[in-house]
Amino acid sequence: MLEVEGVSARYGEATALDGASLTVGEGEVVTLVGRNGAGKTTLLRCLMGLHRPAAGRIVLAGRDITGLAAHRRARLGLGYVPDDRGIYAGLSVEENLTLPPVAAGSAWPLARVYEAFPVLAARRRFPGGRLSGGEQQMLALARVLRAGARVLLCDEPTEGLAPVAVRQIGEILRGAKEHGVSVLLVEQNLRFATTVADRHYLLAQGRVVEALDNRDVKQREDELLAHLGL
Amino acid sequence: MTSFLQQLFNGLVSGSFYALLALGLAVIFGMLRVVNFAHGALYMLGAFGAVVLGDSAGLGFWWALLLVPAALAVAGMAMERLLVQRLTALDPLYNFLLTFGIALVCQDLLRMKYGSHSQPYDHAPFSGTVDLGLFDYPAYQVFVLAVSVAVCVAVWLLLTRTRIGTVVRASTERPELTRAFGIDTRRWVTPVFGFGVALAGLAGVLAAPMRAVNSDMGADLIITVFAVVVIGGLGSVFGSVIAGFAIGMLQALGNLYVPVLSQTSVYLLMAVVLLVRPAGLFGKEEHA
Ligand SMILES: Nc1ncnc2c1ncn2[C@@H]1O[C@H](COP(=O)(O)OP(=O)(O)O)[C@@H](O)[C@H]1O
Ligand SMILES: [Mg+2]
Repeated sequence: MLEVEGVSARYGEATALDGASLTVGEGEVVTLVGRNGAGKTTLLRCLMGLHRPAAGRIVLAGRDITGLAAHRRARLGLGYVPDDRGIYAGLSVEENLTLPPVAAGSAWPLARVYEAFPVLAARRRFPGGRLSGGEQQMLALARVLRAGARVLLCDEPTEGLAPVAVRQIGEILRGAKEHGVSVLLVEQNLRFATTVADRHYLLAQGRVVEALDNRDVKQREDELLAHLGL
Repeated sequence: MTSFLQQLFNGLVSGSFYALLALGLAVIFGMLRVVNFAHGALYMLGAFGAVVLGDSAGLGFWWALLLVPAALAVAGMAMERLLVQRLTALDPLYNFLLTFGIALVCQDLLRMKYGSHSQPYDHAPFSGTVDLGLFDYPAYQVFVLAVSVAVCVAVWLLLTRTRIGTVVRASTERPELTRAFGIDTRRWVTPVFGFGVALAGLAGVLAAPMRAVNSDMGADLIITVFAVVVIGGLGSVFGSVIAGFAIGMLQALGNLYVPVLSQTSVYLLMAVVLLVRPAGLFGKEEHA
């Protein structure tokens, strides 16, 4: 569904990504782990079209999207959940939800979104800035699902959330997967990662250095945590 | 008491111009992150447009009210497309210089043609006064206030109740993110710029029957308008309008009670606001 081949990215002279490659299959949830500064956020921004890669190729559903503008990628079914959740403080919950134009046939009708997220229904007229962190994260996920995204790019969605909210995020991601949605998930919480993901990539210094399955992650948890500096 | 209320009303009328101009600056800044230093010159062009339309085409005030903002909107869109857009990727200083240069060129061209004398405008739509209960007030000034309030309310409704408004507010708050949600923000930039310029033109046409129409009229006014925008919060549409009317009244009351301060009061207020709330009264801190 999503193929990333040798993507490099720079900020001025500094190299943030150095030929990162990975794939995400249809209906697959894949996490990307790596210590702070490894290049995870930069990789998602390159995939979304918000940062121009210096080299490499990005293929979405068989189509080369490397040079495509961000808004066109979104319309092809890429859904972005940025690390700060990307909630518009000045837009109401409902405006936040309905801002992205519907991308594909798999879009959720608003009624279904509100059924699945009763909290959002109750707060539909609230400004997005007044939601709690967990509610904002739910809104960020609901927003891309409503637009019919087929591949979600989620940047640390559980960061800073209470355990209840983390469980809810897990349910949403598993639900999306059941409907055939693919997810590339940046996640530092390894326990959580193994409950939602099929596979994992370890990113270090801008390069994918290891591909792991759930068993690897559980067996090598201590070593991985030490590597991540957690 | 009557003189107090009358002065307050004078303040609302000058505030009408501040609000319209600040509103245009705010929508332009919000969408483009460009401070349009040509805004005062465009206001001046609006007033001259009304004069020229009346003198050489025999078209009266109502025609001017319709045609001049429309023509300036087109000119504004061309200016955005051909000039401003080329510089947006660079340091904001470049657009500062560009728009400032455009203002100077417009001003000097008109000075060459008309000198610095004020041009008479003979097409005022109505004269006479209306009875406001406590005092009589020039009918045209009441009309200006009504138009300004109506336009500000209409823009507010446009921004808060329509799809275009939502897109503009989203692009104002998070331009880059909005593209990641499938919205081609660049498509909206040119029309929004044209719209802001049209508001300046509208203010200029409204000024023609009651203010001196000359090549300095924009430069004189725009300095206060920039103070208004800073006080209201750069990019805050609501703040610009409120601050526009508030500062009109503040100046008018200053005139009445502390004449020495009437010119400086705005800048004093601006200094205080900047010290207490650097982003302005209704502004938000810039998002990274
Ligand atoms: N806007 C930026 N300007 C310059 N350097 C940046 C910027 N954003 C990130 N970097 C650098 O790029 C590298 C990768 O950062 P990032 O992608 O944010 O990593 P991660 O998300 O894995 O923590 C880091 O060394 C970081 O300092
Ligand atoms: Mg990051």
